[in-house]
Amino acid sequence: MPHTPAILVENLSKHYKVPIRDSGLKAAARSLFKRTYRTVKAVDGISFTVETGEVVGFLGPNGAGKTTTLKMLSGLVFPTIGNPSVLGYQPSKRQADFLGKITLVMGNRSQMSWDLPAMDSFELMRAIYGIPRPDFDKSCKEFIELLEVGDLVTKPIRNLSLGERMKMEIIGSLLHKPKVLFLDEPTLGLDVTMQRRIRQFVLDYNRRNGATILLTSHYMADVEALSRRVIIIHNGKLLYDGLLSKLAEKFSAFKTVRVTLTRPEARLETYGEVINRDGAIVTLRMPRSVTPGQTARILAEQEVDDLTVEDPPIEDVIAQVFSNSSAEAFG
Amino acid sequence: MKRYFRFYLAAMKLAVLEQIQYRAQNYFYMIGMIAEPIIYLVVWSSVASQQGGSVNGYTPGSLAAYYIVWTLVRNMNIVFTPYGWEGRIQQGELGRFLLRPIHPINNDVAYFAGWKIVVILLWLPLAAILALIFKPTLQPNLLQVLVFFFAIWGAYLIRTMLYAVMGMITFWTTRVAALYELVFALELILSGRLVPMPLMPAWVQNLAWWLPFQWTFFFPINALAGNPTPNELITGLGMQCAWILGGILLVRLVWKYGIRRFSSVGN
Repeated sequence: MPHTPAILVENLSKHYKVPIRDSGLKAAARSLFKRTYRTVKAVDGISFTVETGEVVGFLGPNGAGKTTTLKMLSGLVFPTIGNPSVLGYQPSKRQADFLGKITLVMGNRSQMSWDLPAMDSFELMRAIYGIPRPDFDKSCKEFIELLEVGDLVTKPIRNLSLGERMKMEIIGSLLHKPKVLFLDEPTLGLDVTMQRRIRQFVLDYNRRNGATILLTSHYMADVEALSRRVIIIHNGKLLYDGLLSKLAEKFSAFKTVRVTLTRPEARLETYGEVINRDGAIVTLRMPRSVTPGQTARILAEQEVDDLTVEDPPIEDVIAQVFSNSSAEAFG
Repeated sequence: MKRYFRFYLAAMKLAVLEQIQYRAQNYFYMIGMIAEPIIYLVVWSSVASQQGGSVNGYTPGSLAAYYIVWTLVRNMNIVFTPYGWEGRIQQGELGRFLLRPIHPINNDVAYFAGWKIVVILLWLPLAAILALIFKPTLQPNLLQVLVFFFAIWGAYLIRTMLYAVMGMITFWTTRVAALYELVFALELILSGRLVPMPLMPAWVQNLAWWLPFQWTFFFPINALAGNPTPNELITGLGMQCAWILGGILLVRLVWKYGIRRFSSVGN
């Protein structure tokens, strides 16, 4: 039997025809007779696969096409080109079987009833997905314990904080034990503690259920904690698909070298660009290719208490990737 | 089928719970709504009095019965409006319903059906007060009561389908409010909402017979408050079934093509 990945995307595109006109009365009057349109390529021919049980970070700046891709994969939006496959289903057909096996959690959207306690909405989910009572009770108990929301499920949603609401949202989305999770900014606007708890919960869910997860987030901490592999898109095109740890290698031409000197007055400018000096600790930036040679020189020529070589912070690498506006620049 | 049944029960229960939260608002809304039939009732009762006690067979007592039953039928007729569909589609709100393995129209039918339960409970004391003031002549037989029970739900379903189709036009036009206003005006005249159908010119009555509107207002009201023949009652239920089926087919057709255009913006 041929191997089928959980998510298979081949040459997927979504184009929107958007009316455009100049400002002012004259342009408005002209548009009554002749409308001008522009085609916006929200997603432009991307291809990738995600294996069963894999957690993949889906990164890109605002407007890159991340959410549109997730919407196409969850059957909310019809692709212009391409027929992606999720768990062997074609999402745009929106078969009940398919919808019962996936979920899409959006940090800015709620599916809970605003005026009622979360438990009432959970009961509706039970009915929608036809979850047997014992399974429902078990999942509820498990998720409520993991997210520590025991006494909150009886409070109306409108009386909960943003983070508490997000927890309820996540519970409601997972009660039917989906096999594929599309998480779109699940920690948006949450404080660090809450972010960490939700991350841990998602990780636990993935481990316990072998679920496949495609996650978008602007918080690199989310991506670093959850996924080894990342896919980066920009202007609808795929820029990178690979290990997060290899991202810096591919996109960052520099390394950061932190040297703790025995004699703080020693000068290190000849080895690389000094980007910070804090007493005896000097931080240098140097081209990746010369790093081994230069660090060997520092150790040989200077009195050094400690020396570390690091890739730049992942946020910086990603920012560098995004700052290049065209995908072609990266091949 | 069992899952649908459970879903309907759960969604209706949710609607009841939500509407109980807003009981005061619901009550004031209903009181405001009652102003409309009372105006019609007062006007037509005056006309009847000036014409020697009745107009086209409607006495002040039968007019009172017509418009008091009207208040219940109107409440039963409240459905998710094209305005609601417009917002849902424009702002991407529809997305959350699309993720569920159940067609969104089921959610609307179930939710508003649940709402009706609260509405009927709130309506009973108001109807009693109106009956004390206007002294309706209401003597339905068992068949009329039975047909009325089914007819008010039939009216609800026809209106749900009709307005859903209209709302879904937003998939193409972005705004549907103007069309809704036009249809609303037609409904006012051709449904028996403004005037009992027998008081309209014959050609209007003939036209209305072929349109869905009178099957959502006049038919259920007349089933209980008028003197319809058994044949008229059965024909009316048949017409309601036809419009419900036609509506479902139309909803499916418009949905099939419209949903491809949904861009789920705003979320």
